Amino acid sequence: MDMMINIAAFLFVAATPLTLAAIGETVVERAGVLNLGVEGMMIMGAIVGFMVAVSSGSPVLGLAMAAVGGLGLSLIFAFVTQIALANQVASGLALTLFGLGLSALLGQGYQGVKPPTFPQGDIPVLRDIPVLGPILFQQDPVVYLAFAITIAVFVFLRYTRAGLVLRAVGENHDAAHALGYKVVRIRFAAIAFGGACAGLGGAYISLIRVPQWTEGMTAGIGWIALALVVFGAWRPLLVAVGACLFGGIEAVQLNMQAAGVAIPVSLLAMSPYLITILVLVIMSAVRTGAPAALGRPFHASS
Amino acid sequence: MTGTMLSIQGLTKAYPGVVANDDISFDIGAGEVHALLGENGAGKSTLVKMIYGLVKPDAGRMAMLAMPYAPAEPRAARAAGVAMVFQHFSLFDALTVAENIALGMENPPAMRDLAGRIRTVSQTYGLPLDPARVVGDLSAGERQRVEIIRCLLQSPRLLIMDEPTSVLTPQEVAILFQTLRKLRDEGVSILYISHKLEEIRTLCDTATILRGGRKVATCTPAEKTARELAEMMVGAILKVPERHAAPSGDPLLAVTGLSVASPAQFGTALKDVSFAVRPGEVLGIGGVAGNGQDELLAALSGELLSRSGSVALAGRDVSRDGPVTRRAAGLLCAPEERLGHAAAPDMTLTENAALTAAARMGLLTRGFINWSGARGFAEQVIGAFDVRTPGPHVAARALSGGNLQKFVIGREVLQGPRVLVVNQPTWGVDAAAAAAIRQALLDLAAGGAALVVISQDLDELMEIADRFGALNGGRLSPLRPTAGLSVDEIGLMMGGAHGMEVANV
Amino acid sequence: MLRLEKRREPSQVWTWAAPLVAVLATMIAGGAVFALLGKDPFVAIRTIFWDPLFSEFAFYYRPQLLIKGAPLVLIAIGLSLGFRAGIWNIGAEGQYIMGALAGAAVALAFYPLAAWWLFPAMVLAGALGGLAWAMIPGVLKITLGTNEILVSLMLVYVAEKILAAMALGLMKNPEGFGFPGSRNLQQYPSATSWIDPAAGLHWGVAAAFIVVIAAYVLLSRHILGFHIRLAGQAPRAARFAGVNTARLVLFCLGTSGALAGLAGLFEVAGPSGVVSIDFNAGYGFTAIIVAFLGRLHPVGILLAGGLMALTYVGGDMAQGNLQLPKAAIQLFQGMMLFFLLAVDVFTNFRLRFGIKGAV
Repeated sequence: MDMMINIAAFLFVAATPLTLAAIGETVVERAGVLNLGVEGMMIMGAIVGFMVAVSSGSPVLGLAMAAVGGLGLSLIFAFVTQIALANQVASGLALTLFGLGLSALLGQGYQGVKPPTFPQGDIPVLRDIPVLGPILFQQDPVVYLAFAITIAVFVFLRYTRAGLVLRAVGENHDAAHALGYKVVRIRFAAIAFGGACAGLGGAYISLIRVPQWTEGMTAGIGWIALALVVFGAWRPLLVAVGACLFGGIEAVQLNMQAAGVAIPVSLLAMSPYLITILVLVIMSAVRTGAPAALGRPFHASS
Repeated sequence: MTGTMLSIQGLTKAYPGVVANDDISFDIGAGEVHALLGENGAGKSTLVKMIYGLVKPDAGRMAMLAMPYAPAEPRAARAAGVAMVFQHFSLFDALTVAENIALGMENPPAMRDLAGRIRTVSQTYGLPLDPARVVGDLSAGERQRVEIIRCLLQSPRLLIMDEPTSVLTPQEVAILFQTLRKLRDEGVSILYISHKLEEIRTLCDTATILRGGRKVATCTPAEKTARELAEMMVGAILKVPERHAAPSGDPLLAVTGLSVASPAQFGTALKDVSFAVRPGEVLGIGGVAGNGQDELLAALSGELLSRSGSVALAGRDVSRDGPVTRRAAGLLCAPEERLGHAAAPDMTLTENAALTAAARMGLLTRGFINWSGARGFAEQVIGAFDVRTPGPHVAARALSGGNLQKFVIGREVLQGPRVLVVNQPTWGVDAAAAAAIRQALLDLAAGGAALVVISQDLDELMEIADRFGALNGGRLSPLRPTAGLSVDEIGLMMGGAHGMEVANV
Repeated sequence: MLRLEKRREPSQVWTWAAPLVAVLATMIAGGAVFALLGKDPFVAIRTIFWDPLFSEFAFYYRPQLLIKGAPLVLIAIGLSLGFRAGIWNIGAEGQYIMGALAGAAVALAFYPLAAWWLFPAMVLAGALGGLAWAMIPGVLKITLGTNEILVSLMLVYVAEKILAAMALGLMKNPEGFGFPGSRNLQQYPSATSWIDPAAGLHWGVAAAFIVVIAAYVLLSRHILGFHIRLAGQAPRAARFAGVNTARLVLFCLGTSGALAGLAGLFEVAGPSGVVSIDFNAGYGFTAIIVAFLGRLHPVGILLAGGLMALTYVGGDMAQGNLQLPKAAIQLFQGMMLFFLLAVDVFTNFRLRFGIKGAV
């Protein structure tokens, strides 16, 4: 029973970075931009958050600066794709390669350092509920933050005018432009939001989940987040559900490794990637509508 | 009419290499339907974009109700009471009617109230529309209603309509005109852009005619004959193409029970389409855009494969053959979309010549392309069809629409097809080039080829086709000889007025 | 006010100038980074770009250029075919690993047999290994429409796990005193890809040059190459022309996979010699940069591969002489791609000064 509770509680820890990054990317893609640089922005967030937390002693400040770091990197992508109109696929790849290099450089002296511990976010009263308490209400605050961001994005896209405009831009940027909406400005904002979310997700890994710094420690989580956006059919709540499913798989897999179940470790270790492929295969058979202008460059030529 | 709504004085706008608008001045009266008449490339759309704040003039002034008017962006234009219905609708397929309308408004009410207002306006003006429907599922006429209602909800003082009837059946045009007259009577000014002379003569109070970026005249269209208007618009008297083919023999192209799903998300599936075309015959296929035209062309070109037995070329079943095989057998096509479908925008004319002609013109040896031969063929097309370009090394996208269209049609015609299928052969082409293209098509038929001409220009079809049919919802109407066909009959073949039943809900 | 105006035709000048400008800009930005790290930027740039070619010890470094450049060019040529057609194989690293494993498996299975056919068999196995790995995203894409970008990338991680399992398990050297890693294929004459180690020549170098020429002919003369370009620039026009999209996807992914597999095989049977956890040096990812920097053009890729090899070799020198961190070189390579993508705008757009015409 305790093991089940542990797995369930860890599910949210594993799901949080995925949720953050995938929700951010959902907004970016709903605005019609495909940013494949999630992995790069996450690892930037991971190292910036780590550095700031270690040097300032404040993990909360570290987390905040991680968002800034991810955002900063995303602005390069925004500039290259929205102003210089470069191919989005290539630019996203460049962002990932660049982010991996830059983070490795920044992280030179931080291998093996222990970051300050993040404050727990137990919710009084609720935390004492049996079973559910330890699973849901004894998490760190970032888990709740990820949850809140998901709800906020859902409400934003579904019920606000700004959300409608953002969706319109992602659907048909020429029409949006003809109606007088600032396509490039809106996309810049969406990309920046995606960058900040990815940065947060990365810092969650280096500050809370692991917590320490190693080069390339995001290990494909950014790419899995991209797959989750497809899995969730570009809908925030479904994307978050997908992240939790993945978190669950990760939790089970790690527990099995630890318990020494008779399945080769290498097979368990590759399971998240294989499952991602499986998910993509299933979703491509279902065929859900992506934003119509996704990945297409926009230039206001008349 | 009381006073001036919009006064335009000396508007000028130049782009690299062309002066799109040169010192244009005229007034639009309050409560007036004012036509802006001109050929493609005469400068109509640039002028309208300046009025709507999409483009800034290089020189000149505008005044709205005697107040200076210089909109920096469409939002400012809308605030000043200017609304616009675009020719290529600025709609969002995946969003609902209500969401689309909200996007075009400055301060839209809550969605629930908006739906109510949409219903009210649509009833008042006889434009039935369900606010909850997804726009991608609507017909072209219904989509236009979305745009119009979007404009009307803002109580505009000046309504701009860019080629509004090009997507409508004759019956739908009649309904639209009623709406516009009603608006005029309420004091709304309407700037009506078109190149269709008869429409302008029935609807418009005043007409300003543009040619080559300059204003030619402002006149009262009812006092002029269509011919006089045409001469002012074109600047020369046009020759009507000559036809001297007499269809005879067994069908070259036989389509039997053709049904295919559309590859596009909001496309139209073809349903049980059947027809046959004989040597020397021109079959005209009309219909409002989006009723299966693209799908029909794709099913004939081989981009879409159909059930075997549904498409036969000279008695041979080609339904399961791809474009290469069909081309080799003599079935050639020219799609509507010039850039990106018929031609690759960034490739040279030589490369674009090889795009469809490589095999048929003997330019391939064991898969290797004879580029100098391809250049020769491109030059041949350029020469024979009077394509204005520095040479075959130029990228396709550098050509004007009309010149590229001539190149695309010429590329297929010069390959000596047995059957040629063209979609919108003269769309966006100036009158002289259009006449040349039509003549080339007729000459090809006279040489014994079978032609299928898909077009939304009914005048064009009446001019060159021997028989006529209309696509409506992916079905083809029974075919009728064009001689003696009335506009009403054509309209009914096109499906009459779409979506009017919603009005009675 | 600055604004961009679309050119009527792509600029010929900028097509070739863009990579040069990008390299220059990278040197400047990279120099700034090196200065921030407390290194003399001029010395660092010279160490990376000049010394491997012309310094006193260049005789030692020049062969290294061939060794580093060959796999990059081999992989990048394959990738460029797909990139031109709009097919995004970004999992070359995985195909490289699987090619190396397949090739090495043949050698290790026959050890210590001496036979003339062993190396050709390894080459075949290497190509097939990479091809098979690339066919997974290929087949999924054409049958179900699955996104090849994510699938090919995920398969890199899977390949890395397989590599680890192999290096620590099945392929571990039985005479290796328990150390991880396979037998050294450099010391197995029938299996090695070396022609002349001192000159930096191995069969991969020869293959790279052959592939450059073949790709050039394919793209400029052959209808298949024409169709690849067409599919990337105007997919709808390609279907109209009669291009079989599914076959094109398989061809592009298959070719890039096979070439990446070959690169892996030549590497593991030569310069690396050993199947070990980290014998793959990230060539599969760097080759993406090479492909773009070379403008997806075979000759350009050859030059870009040389340049990138220079940053590797020079980077090693700088690491030794100036204690410049390895990550700085990685960053430098990433920056180069970014600058190229940004500068590339001038190929299709012109910068104009003046009032805004179109908002």
